[in-house]
Amino acid sequence: MLETLTTFLFGRLSLESFPYHEPIVVATFFAVVLGGIALVAALSYFKLWGYLWTEWFTTVDHKRIGIMYMVLGLIMLLRGFADAIMMRAQQAIAFNGSEGYLNSHHFDQVFTAHGVIMIFFVAMPLVTGLMNYVVPLQIGARDVSFPFLNNFSFWMTVGGAVLIMASLFVGEFARTGWLAYPPLSGLEASPDVGVDYYIWALQVAGVGTTLSGINLICTIVKMRAPGMTMMKMPVFTWTSLCTNVLIVASFPILTAVLVLLSLDRYVGTHFFTNDMGGNPMMYVNLIWIWGHPEVYILILPCFGIFSEVTSTFTGKKLFGYTSMVYATVVITILSYLVWLHHFFTMGSGASVNSFFGITTMIISIPTGAKIFNWLFTMYRGRIRFELPMMWTIAFMLTFVIGGMTGVLLAVPPADFVLHNSLFLIAHFHNVIIGGVLFGLFAGIYYWWPKAFGFRLDPFWGKMSFWFWVIGFYFAFMPLYVLGLMGVTRRLRVFEDPSLQIWFQIAAFGAVLIALGIGSFLIQIAVSVLKRNQLVDVTGDPWDGRTLEWATSSPPPGYNFAFTPVIHDNDAWWDMKKRGYNRPLEGFRPIHMPSNTGTGVILAGISTVLGFALVWHIWWLAAVSFIGLLAVAINHTFNYNRDFHIPVDEVVRTENERTRLLSGQV
Amino acid sequence: MTTTVEAMHGSHAGHDTPRDATPPVFYVRDEHAHEAASTALGFWIYLMSDCLIFAVLFATYGVLGTSYAAGPTPKELFDLPLVALNTSMLLLSSITYGFAMLAMEKGRTGQTQAWLFITLLFGLAFLGIELYEFAHLIHEGAGPGRSAFLSSFFTLVGTHGLHVTFGSVWLVTLMVQVARRGLIPANRRRLMCLSMFWHFLDVIWIGVFTFVYLMGALR
Amino acid sequence: MSRYRAIALLPVMAALSGCNLVVLNPAGDVASQQGDLVVISTLLMLLIIVPVMALTVLFAWRYRQSNNTARYEPDWDHSTQLELVIWAAPLLIIICLGAITWVTTHKLDPYRPLDRIAADKPVPAGAKPLDVQVVALDWKWLFVYPEYGIASVNEMAAPVDRPIRFSITASSVMNSFYVPALAGMIYAMPGMETKLHAVINEPGTYKGFSSNYSGAGFSHMRFNFLGLSNENFDGWVSKVKSANGSLDRNAYLALEKPSEAVPVQHYGSVDPKLFNAVVNMCVRPGTMCMSDMAAIDRAGGLNAGGKAAADAILRANTLAGFPDTQPTGLCTVAEAVEAAANSGAVQRPTVTPISASASPAGPQRLANP
Repeated sequence: MLETLTTFLFGRLSLESFPYHEPIVVATFFAVVLGGIALVAALSYFKLWGYLWTEWFTTVDHKRIGIMYMVLGLIMLLRGFADAIMMRAQQAIAFNGSEGYLNSHHFDQVFTAHGVIMIFFVAMPLVTGLMNYVVPLQIGARDVSFPFLNNFSFWMTVGGAVLIMASLFVGEFARTGWLAYPPLSGLEASPDVGVDYYIWALQVAGVGTTLSGINLICTIVKMRAPGMTMMKMPVFTWTSLCTNVLIVASFPILTAVLVLLSLDRYVGTHFFTNDMGGNPMMYVNLIWIWGHPEVYILILPCFGIFSEVTSTFTGKKLFGYTSMVYATVVITILSYLVWLHHFFTMGSGASVNSFFGITTMIISIPTGAKIFNWLFTMYRGRIRFELPMMWTIAFMLTFVIGGMTGVLLAVPPADFVLHNSLFLIAHFHNVIIGGVLFGLFAGIYYWWPKAFGFRLDPFWGKMSFWFWVIGFYFAFMPLYVLGLMGVTRRLRVFEDPSLQIWFQIAAFGAVLIALGIGSFLIQIAVSVLKRNQLVDVTGDPWDGRTLEWATSSPPPGYNFAFTPVIHDNDAWWDMKKRGYNRPLEGFRPIHMPSNTGTGVILAGISTVLGFALVWHIWWLAAVSFIGLLAVAINHTFNYNRDFHIPVDEVVRTENERTRLLSGQV
Repeated sequence: MTTTVEAMHGSHAGHDTPRDATPPVFYVRDEHAHEAASTALGFWIYLMSDCLIFAVLFATYGVLGTSYAAGPTPKELFDLPLVALNTSMLLLSSITYGFAMLAMEKGRTGQTQAWLFITLLFGLAFLGIELYEFAHLIHEGAGPGRSAFLSSFFTLVGTHGLHVTFGSVWLVTLMVQVARRGLIPANRRRLMCLSMFWHFLDVIWIGVFTFVYLMGALR
Repeated sequence: MSRYRAIALLPVMAALSGCNLVVLNPAGDVASQQGDLVVISTLLMLLIIVPVMALTVLFAWRYRQSNNTARYEPDWDHSTQLELVIWAAPLLIIICLGAITWVTTHKLDPYRPLDRIAADKPVPAGAKPLDVQVVALDWKWLFVYPEYGIASVNEMAAPVDRPIRFSITASSVMNSFYVPALAGMIYAMPGMETKLHAVINEPGTYKGFSSNYSGAGFSHMRFNFLGLSNENFDGWVSKVKSANGSLDRNAYLALEKPSEAVPVQHYGSVDPKLFNAVVNMCVRPGTMCMSDMAAIDRAGGLNAGGKAAADAILRANTLAGFPDTQPTGLCTVAEAVEAAANSGAVQRPTVTPISASASPAGPQRLANP
């Protein structure tokens, strides 16, 4: 009787679900709890809750949402990196009969969580955050097309991250690898909650990602300032457009395939089971039809960042703008024609394999053209080696190696000996760290002064840069070697003692990267303290070329008091060159969207719904689902979603900027 | 893009100004068009992303649709006259929604509401028949767990049914909103979106009817 | 940047000379062709990668802000000739690499029987390849030699210079069969059979393992691949034959249960239909084989032509497979046909979930010391 009641109330959740017998987890838990209490206490003491709620959590301002995405991405980077360094430590010591310090139950969760977190909750939020912050400014808009959806999308991403973090302390995460291939992720091989956490975290976050994709496409297509034709858009806006097209055209596939997997697990269907006609190979195909475009979703915006940075810091127009744009579009389309290269070893025929191998290689042509374009942008330029440019040069030297090994892996017979090996691991970290992460750092350093009105401290930035870059080579070059020695991925213990030195070098590299992350955090702290020395009042600290540099730093809520008119690709450069004078009078009230808490509430309920489904707490699932519908419908009854910034306030803001600008002169 | 109503010129103090006769226009004063302009496009893009979900389900059915696991086949299971009735319900609902939109264009609130209500009835009839069909199949032992074919069948048809359900909830919500506020622009925009959604589901259903039912019965 | 890389690479070069890059120096002809392809493709791509890296460093240095002697052309952003070069150069390389890919992918297709055993040695006429049936179990490897009627766990042997024809499957989850010294990998998937053709050219003991993560015991899922001279191989076969274990269906079902770090085991005799039953997931007495199920489905289901098909299958083999077992519930095709005629609700008894055979904690949690 009691048992029935507890099962009804708590589903699969019981005291046993809490890993209180695992010292590492318990210690982490207490650290998180203490940190959390300290944070809550501090926020309460300084009476910041109200401020955070009204100014940040409920905001529909694309700039603040962009910053919140960046904060989320950086926090999750710490978690994902903790997983990474645990793996490196385990693999460096588990030799000569030693089992290391992680049993398979933990190690297998750690590598799965590392992959999922780094892709979905680090790279994606950081990329989305930058696009959110920069795109409306670059196209001269006041906000995105659907400001409320933007807020909702962000909180859904947070909801997914919360579910993953919950799995650390309540239950466990999947032990399947980051793509959760069935039959391993099926009910028979993984009956516990890990895969369910995986499914619902990605589903909740996936809703946010898809909606944010739709939002940014509409913004770019519909909200550009007059005069900005498609071929006058900044390259970052172009790559963002392509990325969001990829998001909208690929994330529904992920959603659908995860729905099918969850039906197999919850309803007993036979999509991917071994039995009754199910076909696990179909899962592998479908998930990669999403998965490959996902790689380009991450890298394309970074290509855009490098284009902006190169052109700005060489003081030169981007070489080959048109071919850059076409290269981006070609990559976008081709990224849908290559998914099978992730499983050449499944036994497709030679013709199928070579088709997908060759399409993969073809992608390297536009990518190569892009590298050349940056190269010739530097040619006959005046290169200022500020931090963004340093990251860009590091990217160009590192990424070509990753690109080369990628094309190598696209040759099916070569893939037969390198697939799933540490060579593959080295390859994709080479492109994801050397491409995406270096790009994100370039972007963060580049746009930080825009977002906060002061630059980041260069000393700690350079420390971070060198630790990261050298650490990267130490951490991943050994993995190429290990791959050529025939070492496969996801191994927890090793037999051959001659491999150990390579894993130790890799672990040393991971320590260097840890120092790089540490330096970055110190840099932010130091810069905040020294913000008065690092301040930039011009709004244009790098002698920029695109519209975001035309407004103040940080920009006012409305971005531009008057909508700019565009005549050139490098709109702001053109304005500066042709004697643009900032308007000082004639301001009008500005029509803006109002803040709303509905996004937070909807995403919160969705997270509870996900949690209830993970643990089979059906009553809670039903209640939260109905709650979700009720709140959503109720929201549609609110017709007053916007307001006008009064003209006095606009005048005050603009006069303040005038004062700062003249003070500078 | 908005048209330039009143253009401001950058005043001509710069010394490196090009020798153009007319100074360049660098900003406009009028308000930029807001959310409304993007809604139709945004909703279209959403529909296309939804379409991809159905594409995956159709593809899944295409792969698994003949894996009966030595169980019942479409020929044995499908009751074509019933499905034809069902299809006609949905097609009629699309037509009546069209009439609702015509009435909306003419600004006739009552007529719009009446047609919307009829649409809702047809939609509910469709759902009722579908639920009856599902219950019947499950009762016969041909539930979604019986074979990969039935898994993909139930998921494809069921996902469509879920969409119709949500469409119906949305329809009721809109009827309440129209009743409260009349055919204001915001409500017209919403009715237009639901119209696209409803017709989209019709198109999907035609695919289901052809690809699943007709071809299944022929096989 | 580049200076640091050079420094970083120095110990790498030194260490590389001392370690065994088995992928580039394998002992089997197929793997060595694949290894050569790795080298050739890399060299081909270095043709463009090296100049790009050199130019990056050169331009970054030459056009630094402090160098006032370098030309500065802020508005130079287009050159048709250059554009042609930067699109054509990668294109040419990809055309070469694409051609190589097409040819080698077909030539080294793992499903294609070998036509040579080494660069200058074609397969002798009439040579019969050695058949090896491989089953990836949780978490060990089973090798069946149908020609000799023997089987072994976590150890396989093959005579030097004799083509080997692998038939590969798995019991519950996906794995990948990989002996780096022998040939590239191929997935091992439950309910499916993949093929691999290979040959070992030098005697020796080589590492084999699963190269696709498959759960808790994955790290220990290793075996030794013994490349043996003909007489040593015969000796190995007779040694295995003399082992008293017999691998019938019941022994297989016991072996199939999850276990980790399993020692080498030999079976002197094997049920000749075992591998076929594993592929069709009907080792457990009373389960309908997937091939039979597929035959019924192809015939249009039980109530259409399927009944006749099922009867034919019945006569042909299925029941003969389990003469010694007492089926429980709906298990045989005969009963399935009968039941279908009655209700249409046939459930194929499934292979027992691996979780059901272990403690409530499940097999994934097998304790590690």
